[in-house]
Amino acid sequence: MINHELPKSEKVNIRDMIDQNQRGNSIRRRIERLIPSFLAIIASLSVLTTIGIIWTLLSETVEFFKRVPFLDFYTGTVLKPLSQNPEFGVLPLLMGTVTSSLIAMAVAAPIGLMAAIYLSEYASPKVRKVVKPVLELLAGVPTIVYGFFAFTFVTPLLREFIPSLQATNILSPGLVMGVMIIPMIASLSEDAMSSVPNSMREGASGLGATKLEVTCKVVIPAALSGIIASFVLGISRAIGETMIVTIASGSTKNFTFDLTQSMQTMTAYIVEVTGGDAASGSTVYYSLYAVAMTLFVFTLVMNLIARAVSKKFREEY
Amino acid sequence: MNQLSEKQHMRRTKRRLFLSRFSKSIFMLSAFFGLFFLAVLLVKVVTEGIGSVNFDFLTGKLSTQPERAGIMGAILGTFWLMLVVAPVTMFVGVGTAIYLEMYAKKGRLVSFIQTNISNLAGVPSIVYGILGLTVFVRVLDLGNIVLAGGLTMSLLILPIVIVASQEAIRSIPFFLSEAAYGLGATKWQTIQRIILPAALPGILTGAILSLSRAIGETAPLVVIGIPALLIPFPGSIMDRFTVLPMQIYYWTLDASLVAEYANLAAATIIVLLVALFILNSTAIIIRNKFQRVF
Repeated sequence: MINHELPKSEKVNIRDMIDQNQRGNSIRRRIERLIPSFLAIIASLSVLTTIGIIWTLLSETVEFFKRVPFLDFYTGTVLKPLSQNPEFGVLPLLMGTVTSSLIAMAVAAPIGLMAAIYLSEYASPKVRKVVKPVLELLAGVPTIVYGFFAFTFVTPLLREFIPSLQATNILSPGLVMGVMIIPMIASLSEDAMSSVPNSMREGASGLGATKLEVTCKVVIPAALSGIIASFVLGISRAIGETMIVTIASGSTKNFTFDLTQSMQTMTAYIVEVTGGDAASGSTVYYSLYAVAMTLFVFTLVMNLIARAVSKKFREEY
Repeated sequence: MNQLSEKQHMRRTKRRLFLSRFSKSIFMLSAFFGLFFLAVLLVKVVTEGIGSVNFDFLTGKLSTQPERAGIMGAILGTFWLMLVVAPVTMFVGVGTAIYLEMYAKKGRLVSFIQTNISNLAGVPSIVYGILGLTVFVRVLDLGNIVLAGGLTMSLLILPIVIVASQEAIRSIPFFLSEAAYGLGATKWQTIQRIILPAALPGILTGAILSLSRAIGETAPLVVIGIPALLIPFPGSIMDRFTVLPMQIYYWTLDASLVAEYANLAAATIIVLLVALFILNSTAIIIRNKFQRVF
C-alpha cells in the first residue's frame, strides 16, 4: 500500500516511498507464494481419501485372510458368520449382488437406451426440455425412498402375480433398482448419441433409410462406445447400491437362482454386520472388510472398464 | 441381379415405414416410463403418509408409540450434519478446484489427481461408511457423533463439489483474468476478486445439489452406527444424532411388526422430499438468476 500522507514540511524522498511500498508488497508476495502450496495440500486430500480407503480395507482384509483361507472365502457357498461353527463363503453374497444387478440391468438397459433414443432422435427441443429434468429428478430421489417403495408397494404388487414370492425377495429390489438407474443410462447414452454428427443421419436418410433404420444402423453403432460405457457404469451403480436391497431383500444368505427368495447382497451384509454388535477384532468384524474390499474392487474395475471403453473406441468426428 | 417387383417393393417399404412409426411410440413410452414411475411413487408416499404429517409429528420426540412419535430429533440431526458438511466440502472442494484449474501445471500430477477424483466419485457410498467407521469413529475415537458422520459425508460428496467448482471456474473467460493482470493484480488477487465472484453461482449450484445428495444418503450413516434408540435432541456437532433417512430406514424395517410405522416412514419421506425440493429449487434459482453468460 502506498502511504498517501506524505510529510509536508520535509522534502519528499522518493526512495523512502519505494521502500515503504515494497514493505507492503513483501507481505502480499509472501501470501502469493504460500497460496499455491496451501491449495496443493488441500487438493492432496482427495488422494489421501483414496489411500485411506485402500489402507483401511487392505489392512483388515489381510487380517481376515489370516483366519479364513483366501480360497475358502471365494469358493465357499455357505455363509454362517454368527453360528457356533462359523463358515465364511462369500458366494451367497456375490450371488445376491450379481442377481440383483442383472435384474436391474434387464430393466434399465432397454428402457434407458430407448428413452435416450427418443430424447436424442425423436423428441422436439420443447419435449426434451421437460422430460430430461424430470428424469434427473428420478435420479435425485434418495435410495432409501426407493427401498421403502420396493418393500411396501412393489413386493405386495408382485405377490398378486407371483404368489410364491417371499415378503423379502431379490426380484422386487432388483426391478426398483433398475428404475433408479434408468436416468443415468438415458442421460449418458443420450449424450453419446447427440454427439453423432447430423451429416451421418442425413446421409443415411438420403439413401432412403427410415428413421428407425437411421437410428439402429447409423446412430447407435456410431455412439456404441458411449452406450456401452453407460451400461457398465449402470452395473457398477447397481453393485454398490445398498439401501434398496437391504430393506427389500432381507438378510437370508441364500445361494440360489430362485428370484422369489430373499438373497443378501454384499452391501446388505456390510449393513447387517455393522448394525449388529460384532465385537471389534472378531472374525465376523474382519469379514466385513473382506466383503467391502471385494465390493470396492468390483466397482473400481467396472468404472475403469467404462472409462477405457469410452476412451478407446471414441470416434472423432 | 435379383430384381424386386413393384408390388414386393411397395409391401417392403410399407413394412419399414410401419416399423419406424411403431418403434417411435415404444421409444416415447420408455422415455415417459420414468415419469409414470415417479408419479406412482409420489402418490403412494403421499397417500400413506400425509395423514401423519402434523405439527406434533414435526416437533415431537421419537417414541415407540406410533401415535406419539415425532421427528424433531431427526430434523435437527440433519441440520447439524449439514452444518459440518457444507463448510468442509465448500472449503476443500473449492480449494482443490482452484489448485487444479489455476495453479497446477497440466501434467502427470494433475491428470493423476483428476483420475483419482473421478474414481472416488464411483466408489459406493457404503465404502465411505466403512472408511468413516474405521478412521473417524474408531481410530480418532470420535464415536457416532455429528462430526464423524459429517466428515464421512463430506468425503462422499467431495468429488461432486470439486468437479462442479472446476467447471464453474473453467467457464470464466480468459479476458477477465487478463484484464486483472493488466491492471497489475497478482494471481491470488485475480482469483479472489475476479474469478471466484464470477464463478460463485456455478459453485453454489453444484454445492447445493451435492448437499441434497448428502441429506438423502443413508448407507454411510448406517455403517457408522446411528442407533435406533431414543436419543436426546443434538445441540452441537459433538452430540450423537439421527437423521431423516435413518428414521425412514428403521420405521420401514419395523413396518412388518407395527403397521403404523409404515405411515410414519411415509410421512418422514414427505418431509425429506420437501426439504430436497426446496434445496433443488434454490439451486435452480441461483443458476438462472445469477449465472452470467460471458
